Amino acid sequence: MMLVNEKVAIEHGLKPDEYKKICDLLKRVPNITELGIFSAMWNEHCSYKSSRLHLKKLPTKSKKVIQGPGENAGVIDIEDNDAIVFKIESHNHPSFIEPYQGAATGVGGIMRDVFTMGARPIANLNSIHFGSPQNKKTKNLLRGVVHGIGGYGNCMGVPTIAGQTSFDSSYNGNILVNAMTLGLVKKNKIFYSKAAGLNKPVIYVGSKTGRDGIHGASMASASFDDKIEEKKPTVQVGDPFTEKLLLEACLELMEGDSIIAIQDMGAAGLTSSSIEMASKGNLGIEIDLNKVPCREAKMTPYEIMLSESQERMLIVLENGKEEHAKRIFDKWNLDFAVIGQTTNSKNIELFFDNEQVANIPVNTLVENSPMYDRKWKKAKLPKKNKFKNVDFNNLKIKDVLKKILSNHNVCSKEWIWQQYDHTVMGDTIQKPGGDSGVVRVHGTNKAVAASVDSSAVYCWAHPLTGGKQVVAESWRNLISVGAKPIAITNCLNFGSPENEENMGEFVECVQGISEASKYLEFPVVSGNVSFYNQTKEVGIKPTPAIGGVGLIKDYKKMISMNFKEINNLVLIIGKTEGHIDQSLFARTILDEKNGPPPEVNLFNEKNNGESLLELIENNYIKSAHDISLGGLLTAISKMCIKGNKGIKLSKSKNLMNEIEYFFSEDQGRYIIEIKPKDLSEVVKILKKNSVHYEELGIIIDNELVINQKTKVTIDELKSYNTNWLKNYMSS
Amino acid sequence: MKSSVITFPGSNCDRDMDVALSKFGFKNKMVWHDDNELPKSDLVVLPGGFSYGDYLRCGSMASKSKIMQSVINFAKSGGLVMGICNGFQILVETGLVPGVLLRNKYLEFICKNVYVKVVNKQNPYFKNLDKDILELHIAHNEGNYFCTDDQLKEINENNQIAIYYCDEKGHTEEQHNPNGSLKNIAGIFNKEKNVLGMMPHPERMIDQSLSGEDGSIFFKNLINNLK
Repeated sequence: MMLVNEKVAIEHGLKPDEYKKICDLLKRVPNITELGIFSAMWNEHCSYKSSRLHLKKLPTKSKKVIQGPGENAGVIDIEDNDAIVFKIESHNHPSFIEPYQGAATGVGGIMRDVFTMGARPIANLNSIHFGSPQNKKTKNLLRGVVHGIGGYGNCMGVPTIAGQTSFDSSYNGNILVNAMTLGLVKKNKIFYSKAAGLNKPVIYVGSKTGRDGIHGASMASASFDDKIEEKKPTVQVGDPFTEKLLLEACLELMEGDSIIAIQDMGAAGLTSSSIEMASKGNLGIEIDLNKVPCREAKMTPYEIMLSESQERMLIVLENGKEEHAKRIFDKWNLDFAVIGQTTNSKNIELFFDNEQVANIPVNTLVENSPMYDRKWKKAKLPKKNKFKNVDFNNLKIKDVLKKILSNHNVCSKEWIWQQYDHTVMGDTIQKPGGDSGVVRVHGTNKAVAASVDSSAVYCWAHPLTGGKQVVAESWRNLISVGAKPIAITNCLNFGSPENEENMGEFVECVQGISEASKYLEFPVVSGNVSFYNQTKEVGIKPTPAIGGVGLIKDYKKMISMNFKEINNLVLIIGKTEGHIDQSLFARTILDEKNGPPPEVNLFNEKNNGESLLELIENNYIKSAHDISLGGLLTAISKMCIKGNKGIKLSKSKNLMNEIEYFFSEDQGRYIIEIKPKDLSEVVKILKKNSVHYEELGIIIDNELVINQKTKVTIDELKSYNTNWLKNYMSS
Repeated sequence: MKSSVITFPGSNCDRDMDVALSKFGFKNKMVWHDDNELPKSDLVVLPGGFSYGDYLRCGSMASKSKIMQSVINFAKSGGLVMGICNGFQILVETGLVPGVLLRNKYLEFICKNVYVKVVNKQNPYFKNLDKDILELHIAHNEGNYFCTDDQLKEINENNQIAIYYCDEKGHTEEQHNPNGSLKNIAGIFNKEKNVLGMMPHPERMIDQSLSGEDGSIFFKNLINNLK
């Protein structure tokens, strides 16, 4: 057997002092299997050693939260004994190395997290970020990732209902692939990963264990260098067909009362799943590795414990339920093996060929794992740029609008979502391309809305404000479809925690997320941190992705953004201040990359959002859309395109320059469509709540009439918005 | 009216089909692929999905599963068998309907609403349908219908083409063809017209809140024809 020393430990990604700590805790030198287990449990991906301290600041509770962070996924109450289980997770590193499999297994992994808790997945979402379109790798990575997400989700028969795609050169060497899943479960049938009871059988089900993905979690905890291609063998290979069988088999077993605890084998496979169950139950666990179903001959204990083969689950069963469980897994043609049992030793003990090959106290792996208070640098709020009217004088609104609507970060992403099955399960009532995706709760009048958002540019310019803004945007996207926001999941994608600036971005974004979610009563119930998103020394722009979930009590009251009826009135809620810095307009038209992001006023966010919900509740709203990237005119254009209708804008009473008025990215704003007869009632409610509003215009047949000189037909708007991605992918 | 929906390992539109059939008055039963006998049925449906993970060839493994022998016997004795999407792929693999389904022309999965033109109403599926053009939904990777010239000749002689991809006005030009399918074929019958295979999913269009309601028209008409 391979000898273990400090050098071998370093090759496993451990730091010298961490290796010393292991020897101290064990009071001996670990063997190679034990070292492998420590390296898997103590890497950044599994141990959250750099982030734990800061994640504690996040609000995680509310009346609606059934389960916060710490389980496979978060759980919220949606009334009538129904609950939604949801989480977002990153699969960034594998997707850059092997885009199809990386993205596919990301989707597979997050769905497993959700059905492990007893929930049937009912919706998938994703947030994907690529390098600049000019980068020679971008096109193939995008194609591979989209095929991978579709390949897995489509086969599982779970609709992909919403997503977000962006391009930015900071992702040239490190793309982001974050996958999110929502599942539906009865409140009294939620399953957890906490083992309980002695001598309970530990069951392995699903696919066989192979050599794929060994050290995947360690790879995800390192930065990329020139040799990244050599890491291809550490990317797992997905089989959505097996996962579909595993889903059906697990849900069938869950109908009874056989299961004490269940945990999917995700990052660090059998190692983390067995240790987590034992740790939560304050128990020991012993496993006979000869009983683990293996795909390849002569696998060593080290390989079996560290494999990240997909589509596997570990279950602690009630005594005497083995035969019943086996029958179900046989029916679905899945492997089933009793591989061990719970013990009172509080150690994880592994046996192979009748010899003990590892014996580690569980608490040394979990509670005693390293935790760092990394140094970090506070970001200064950048100075505002002073734009003068002359800067805008040469610009024609129509030209600017054309450039913005066809910008790669604003243009229609239909090429992507048309490759995802978004209608299977027969409950999708708002497809991708809206503010949120919406699915009905099957067989009820309720619906669940979900959206995923990130604003890396704002976070990069000022992390604290950016963190707040992403939460606010998620909240607005839910409200725009008529959903009451309940909770969020976050995927925190950052550079190296060992770099003070990157660590500062993390700390302050988390601070911003925390402030906004506290104020909006929009707690964080699950999530994931992905550090080391960098190539050589250059980190990505800080990209926290927020997945928000909300409830629509009567799905017939769902709102969409398409303009509905000619002669209806269009209003804007929220005040336009003309904040141009960090707007898409500033960056693409003026080529101005500096300045602060728009300020987030949480009072206004809450008040404006809740007032819109009140209007929706009273049936006054015919369409609604929040204003985000690209500003007011971009939002209006999208409502025109979707509804195939135009609008005649009234002359603004605002004194600012038209360009600032139309393209600034002030927060807390929505556009709403109402019937003319309802105007006085709507105004009454807005005034009662002290909400700033303006009348924007009236819906007309087929033209966007900006002023007397500037008119754009809906067909022109469509051609600006719909062609870029299609053309790019076929060029 | 009694219907049966077969569940294969990897089927994922079986529940949706059950919901649709029940909504329009069928007494539906779910049948497991490993069973030997079909329950007494007026209609058997092979649902969409990825039976056996689409491994080997879409539909090929499912076409050999235990229950399929009784489905084939049922079809040969004149019973109504309808295959949707993956169900269509299974039907071509059994030889109950002619041709094959290739990978989509642009090599991408397509999920969107399409229009189809109903060209043959002399059969239990479309008889009495008061519309000629239906808006339905497709979601597939292998819907590119193909057959040999001889087969096409025979298909035409026997009026076996059920529906074509078209635009909302019924034009069936190349640009209304989403997947490269031969002659815009979206669905096809056996010679006797009791077996129908089609790529579009009527079960996803049965409610105003979903993508549309033309699926409702199809199912209502179907059950009335069977009464």
